Amino acid sequence: MSDEIVLKTEDLTKHYGGVHALEGANFELRKGEHVAIMGDNGAGKSTFVRQITGVEQRTRGKVWLYGEEVNFSGPLDAREAGIETVFQTLALADDLNVPDNLFLGREKTFANWLGPFRLLDYKGMREDTIDGLNRTAVKIPNIRNNIRNMSGGQRQCVAIARTATFASKLTIMDEPTAALGVQETAQVENIIRTLKEAGEPLILISHNMRQVMDLVDRIIVFRRGRICANLKKEETDGQDVVAYITGAKTQPEYDVESA
Amino acid sequence: MADTSHGTGGLTFDKSKRSWPNEMNILMALVIIIVIFEIIGQTAPYMNGQSFLFDTKDRFDSIFNEARLQIIILQVAIIGIIALGVTQVIITAGIDLSSGPLVAATAMIAMSFAQTELVNGFPNPKALFGPWAMDLPVIIPVVIGLAFGAFIGAINGTFIAYFRIPPFIATLGMFLICRGIALWWSGGNPISFPTDSYAWIGSGMMPVVWFVILAILFQLIMSFTVYGKHTYAIGSNEEAARMSGINVKRHKVMVYMIASMLAAFAGIVLSSKAVTAQAGMGEFYELFAIAMAVIGGISLQGGRGSIIGTVLGAMVLGVIRSGFTYIKLDGSYQLMAMGGIIIAAVILDQYRQRNRA
Repeated sequence: MSDEIVLKTEDLTKHYGGVHALEGANFELRKGEHVAIMGDNGAGKSTFVRQITGVEQRTRGKVWLYGEEVNFSGPLDAREAGIETVFQTLALADDLNVPDNLFLGREKTFANWLGPFRLLDYKGMREDTIDGLNRTAVKIPNIRNNIRNMSGGQRQCVAIARTATFASKLTIMDEPTAALGVQETAQVENIIRTLKEAGEPLILISHNMRQVMDLVDRIIVFRRGRICANLKKEETDGQDVVAYITGAKTQPEYDVESA
Repeated sequence: MADTSHGTGGLTFDKSKRSWPNEMNILMALVIIIVIFEIIGQTAPYMNGQSFLFDTKDRFDSIFNEARLQIIILQVAIIGIIALGVTQVIITAGIDLSSGPLVAATAMIAMSFAQTELVNGFPNPKALFGPWAMDLPVIIPVVIGLAFGAFIGAINGTFIAYFRIPPFIATLGMFLICRGIALWWSGGNPISFPTDSYAWIGSGMMPVVWFVILAILFQLIMSFTVYGKHTYAIGSNEEAARMSGINVKRHKVMVYMIASMLAAFAGIVLSSKAVTAQAGMGEFYELFAIAMAVIGGISLQGGRGSIIGTVLGAMVLGVIRSGFTYIKLDGSYQLMAMGGIIIAAVILDQYRQRNRA
C-alpha cells in the first residue's frame, strides 16, 4: 500500500440490531485531499465516521490509516493516532473555557507522579491555544470566556481549532456549519481552506451543495447505508449529485441491487 | 478576514471582561444576612443592645465576639466536610444521599476499633470486640473508617457509572443500607470510651481545622488538577467528555469514592467529638450537605460551582442557625427560614443563568 493513501476502509459495516446502518463501505482518501460525504438523513454518513473514529465498534470490515491497519477501541485511540473529529453534536464542555476545551482529555500537565491529581499547565495550554487560533485565523475575543457565553460560530471555531492546535493526520468534520449563520459559515469555510493550503487531508460531511462544490476535490454519496457514487468535482455538478442522493442514479460499480 | 471575525477584542486577554464570580454573590448574601441579624439585635427592645458579631464587653483584645464566631463555624464544620464531597458529586451532575447514614455507619465501625481497655480502672463496658481490639494506635480506626467509606463510594459509583442506575436511586438505596449497617454493627447499642488519641481528632476546634484543611486541599485539586478539570467537564457535557477520551465511568467511581471517604471522615470526627458512636447519628446530614452546596451556587445540572462556594454556603447556614438563637427565635423558625433560603438560592441561580444566556 502506498504512502499516498491516508485512510482506506474495506467492507466497513455496522448493524444496529436488525438495522443495517452501514453496509460494505470501501473508501480511500489520498494525501492533501479534501473529500465530501453527502447523502440523505440516515444514509449512513455519520455512522461511517463513528466507525472510523472509534466512537462505535464496527460489525465488520477493515480500516487502514497511513497504510497501517487500525482498530480503535475508543475516540482517544483515534485521536492519538492523529484523527481529529469535529462532531455534529459539538463535543464541547459549556462550563469550561477555550484552552480547557481544546486540551480536554489530553491536558498539558506537570508533576505527573500525582496520577489523576497531576497539575495542569495552564500557561502552556493558553499559549498553544493562541498559536492554534492564530494558525486557523479564528478570532475569539477572550479565550478565558466559558463556551456557554459564546455564539454558535465561535463554538464551532473552537471545535475546529482543536484540529489545528494538534497537528493532525486526518480531520473529519460532521456538518460543521449546519447550525451557523452566513458570516459564521464563511469563517468556518475559511478555516477549511486554510487546512487545504496546509495540505491537511479532510473528510467533510455536509448537506450544503454550494459549500461542497466550493471546498472539496471529491464527493462520495451514501444512500441507505451504502456508497452509491464516487465523483470528482470537475466531472459533476449539483444536479448530478442530487440524482445520486435521491436514488435516481447509481454508479454501475456500486449497483448491488441489479448485480 | 475582518468581515468574518467575531467581536472586536482580538486574541488578547482582557481581565475586565471576566464575569463577576458567583462566589462574590454568596459572600454578599452572607454579609447581608449578618447585617440583618445585627440590626435586629441592636433595635429589638428585648435584646438589650447585644451585638451579633462584635464584642460588646469592655475588652480591648478583640473586636469580634469570638465565642459566637467559633460556634458558627464549629456547628457547620462536620457537615461541611461532607459537603466538600457532595459538591464534587453534584458538579458531575450527580447526587449523594447516602452520606448521612454513612457518617453513622463509619462512626460505629471506626469507634469499635478505637476502644480503651480500661475505663476508670474498670474493663470497658461498651467494648464490641475482645482485648485484641483494645488500645490500638489511632491510625487503625481511621484507616478502617476511610476504607469503609471508599468501599461504599466504590459501590455507589459502580452502580451509577457502569450499571447506569440514576444517582438519586443508587444513593437512596445506599442511604438505607448504611443506616442498616449502623444499627446492625453493635445491635443498636452505642459504642463509647475511645482512646485519648481518637478523642483528640474531634476535640475542641479540631473539626474546624479539618474542615479548613480539606476545603483548601479540594479547592486546589478542583482548580489545578486533571481530576478537577475532568469532574467539571463530565458535569458540563458528559458526551463531550467521553468523546474527548476521558474515562467517564472510572472518573465517576473515583468522585463517589472521594465523596464517601469525606463523609466517612466526617463520621470519624463526629464520633470523636461526641466521644460516642450511635446508630442514629448524622440524621439529615446528607440534606444539609446538599443544601450547603446549593446555597453555595453549585448547580444541580452539574458543571458549575466551586469548593469556596460550598464553604460560603456552609457559613450562611451556620450564621442563620446562630443568628436565630441570638435573636431568641425558636428552632422551628430556623428550619422554616433555612428551607426558604435554600429555595431562594436556587431561584436566584436560575434567574442568573437565564439572564446570562
